[in-house]
Amino acid sequence: MAYLDFEKPLVELERRIADLKAASDGLDGLDTQIAELEARAQTVQRNICDQLSIWQKVQLSRHPDRPYFLDYVEHCFTDFTELHGDRLYSDDSAIIAGFARFNGRPVAIIGHQKGRSTKEKVHRNFGMAHPEGYRKACRIMELASRFGRPVLTFIDTPGAYPGLGAEERGQSEAIGHALYVMSQLKVPVIATVIGEGGSGGALALGVANRVLMLQYSTYSVITPEGCASILWRDGAHAPDAAEQLKLLAPNASKLGIVEEIVEEPVGGAHRDVPNMAQRLTVALEAQLKDLDGLSAEELIEDRYAKFRKIGAYNG
Amino acid sequence: MAGWFTKTRATIEAEAKKTLGKGIFRRCVGCSETIKDEEFVRNYEVCPNCGHHYRLRAPGWVELLLDEETFVEHDANLHSKDPLGFVDSKPYPTRVTAAQKKSGHTDAFVSGSGKLNDRDVELGLFAFHFMGGSMGSVVGEKITRTIERGLANKAPVLLLSSSGGARMQEGALSLMQMAKSVSALGKLREANIPFISILADPTTGGVAASFALIGDVNIAEPGALIGFAGARVIEQTIRQTLPEGFQRAEFLLDHGMVDAIVPRLEMKAHIGNLLSLWLD
Repeated sequence: MAYLDFEKPLVELERRIADLKAASDGLDGLDTQIAELEARAQTVQRNICDQLSIWQKVQLSRHPDRPYFLDYVEHCFTDFTELHGDRLYSDDSAIIAGFARFNGRPVAIIGHQKGRSTKEKVHRNFGMAHPEGYRKACRIMELASRFGRPVLTFIDTPGAYPGLGAEERGQSEAIGHALYVMSQLKVPVIATVIGEGGSGGALALGVANRVLMLQYSTYSVITPEGCASILWRDGAHAPDAAEQLKLLAPNASKLGIVEEIVEEPVGGAHRDVPNMAQRLTVALEAQLKDLDGLSAEELIEDRYAKFRKIGAYNG
Repeated sequence: MAGWFTKTRATIEAEAKKTLGKGIFRRCVGCSETIKDEEFVRNYEVCPNCGHHYRLRAPGWVELLLDEETFVEHDANLHSKDPLGFVDSKPYPTRVTAAQKKSGHTDAFVSGSGKLNDRDVELGLFAFHFMGGSMGSVVGEKITRTIERGLANKAPVLLLSSSGGARMQEGALSLMQMAKSVSALGKLREANIPFISILADPTTGGVAASFALIGDVNIAEPGALIGFAGARVIEQTIRQTLPEGFQRAEFLLDHGMVDAIVPRLEMKAHIGNLLSLWLD
């Protein structure tokens, strides 16, 4: 378990709980002590959460133990069959796509995947997709549209990859085309921001009838670091930029960008992954049910109407 | 390297204006010739000597692309709010007011209806000198309305991009304009109405990564910078020097991302011919 600076008060408590649990084998007296310590840990955690700054919440969205797409695949879906490749150039492992069952119902699932270990981080390119990733996503989404399967996407990326090959192979076109493809899907589309919703690379999986955000996820036009280096001319101003960008879930909800915020367990999704997955399952099931019965035309029009009204202007 | 190049060009332009006296003469960065300013203006900001393309402002583009006195501007009254209460070194509304004074536009986009070779078209143009042509709510709304007018009037839609990307000061609302405008394009495609994307210098970030590179045809200006990520960001990420001409129009043509590079003075004829080949 990794701890961020502001989680440090938990370290000692949790170590003692673990020690006591190990020692309590068959000894009654310790149970009450353990329960007391656990209650205290809960309180500490609640206090930490109540006092989080915007920047600390941004850090939670990128917590090294935060559940990634594959964790939700494991907990929320069965029969997952991954499909590889864009049929044009390669298979991008920063985006995982395929079909699975959700509460028994066949769906397409597509998500950015970050890595846990250093090796896997590199393999997944830190969740930053190349054009191939978006083209693969489009391929799977169009399959889903043909076979009448809802599309569930899971957004968790710092942004699309800024690299030489990505530019050569049309990163801009790939993202633009993904936005177009999603706008035309004849099936229900639900996107959930599970961690970082980083600019165009995130939106490329986000043109959905319903957009959900986990409580401590972010959705932003640019990373706070990128924004700080442009407007403050100093990346160290990232916390200031984060404050100005209003990138947290409640902000996005107020701006009319997301339909639902899924609450996380006390301390954040990483503190209780099965619980988080359960909450997300319930939310997705309700949203899917809500879209059931809409025709292909109605779903496309519903998606159009959702994005058509986003914006703030006079006149 | 692209960032370095742009900076140098800007510096040279500023120097030229300072030393050669009140914009009577200009020294071309392409050929180093000193040429009368009015000759650049008459030539729509293309160097009469070497053909180097400078940025042309919206009224010039309208004159260049549309039949005389056919342009009717729409939505000029739209102006931005400050939905985030965004403040960096200056508050966002202060930046907008300064840009309005400097440019004479209410925001970074000018749109309207007109005729191109007697054919009704809907035209939208980015104003780069308004906050780097950045796309916030007003720009996104005007683009979407332009596309919707094309749909209603069955008129081809021409969008000319010259933009650094999404406007940071409107946060995720700017990001969502990408989805909004592209969704409208989806309707245009369904209706078989052409969308011609003209890529002027520069077309990057969220504007590149939404409608600009998914035209039925993408037509670039010579030398225009076109790309998703900034060259400096890429160099920092991959820690290697980028090739000569990276992200220039010619690079995109080589990589299959644009249909043609067309000099500004031939743009109207090129588009007119295409529309005729498709629609007449």
